[in-house]
Amino acid sequence: MKNKLLPIIITSLFIIIFIFFYKGLQNSNIYTPETKINIKVPSFDAELLYEKKLINSSELFQVDKFYLLNIWSSWCVPCRQEHPLLMSLGKNKNLELIGINYKDTKINAKNFLAELGNPFKKIIFDDRGINAIEWGAYGVPESYLIKNGIIIKKYIGPLNKTLFNEINFLVK
Amino acid sequence: MKILKLSLIFLFIFSFNSLMANDEEMNSKITKNLRCLICQGQSIYDSDSEFAISIKTLVNKKLEEGFSENQIYDFFKEKYGDWILYDPGLNKNTYILWLLPILIFLIGGAIIAKTFIIKKNN
Repeated sequence: MKNKLLPIIITSLFIIIFIFFYKGLQNSNIYTPETKINIKVPSFDAELLYEKKLINSSELFQVDKFYLLNIWSSWCVPCRQEHPLLMSLGKNKNLELIGINYKDTKINAKNFLAELGNPFKKIIFDDRGINAIEWGAYGVPESYLIKNGIIIKKYIGPLNKTLFNEINFLVK
Repeated sequence: MKILKLSLIFLFIFSFNSLMANDEEMNSKITKNLRCLICQGQSIYDSDSEFAISIKTLVNKKLEEGFSENQIYDFFKEKYGDWILYDPGLNKNTYILWLLPILIFLIGGAIIAKTFIIKKNN
């Protein structure tokens, strides 16, 4: 009895291991951080693009209001593509847009906004890219939807029409 | 008096240098244990991507602010998840990773012990 059972156990063990590894082959090996997050907005001192003063990031967000924080740069092509959508979102009265200008120069950033329009109420100037890390970003563009000082949604990559509609629906 | 002044200056420069060296050593130790999210497979220390450069700058800033090694790891873990660490701690996602080798070692040991005991008895 014992001798009959052993080959069955070994074979089934190998089959389980095979299925496990075969499934693993199909998984993506590129890691992306969680997009559904419920964490407080980070608190740090930052320089502003248009004003010569330091501001604490938490001062930018009031309670009972929706904010969309967008990380952008003048050298980033997808940012240029999503900009018309940000301009439309800027017209939404329930939503306020805050920008983080990532690893850019002030002149280029200002020229970019002069050319395409400025949907942002305030813009943090992050020439070393360290403020973006405080937000958990790792590239441009990235957007964060904020309510009551809590990040409720994170969008990695450029916004598109579907996400645009989703944001409009969420801030209603 | 002059000698005292000189030795004080030397002491100051020496301690400042060693302090800087300590920070640099700590920076490379920490950045070697952080994964790059842009060029996955490389550590922050090895990578020259914009993201890695920013992380290195931020690690320096945090060290200057007096953060400890573990506080810095916790900071990045909170932002990017456990994945960012090459040496993740024990939690519900990693317990198999940590406990399986010990378990295999114990089972293996038990099998060896059992065979020896059986052989001896025979």
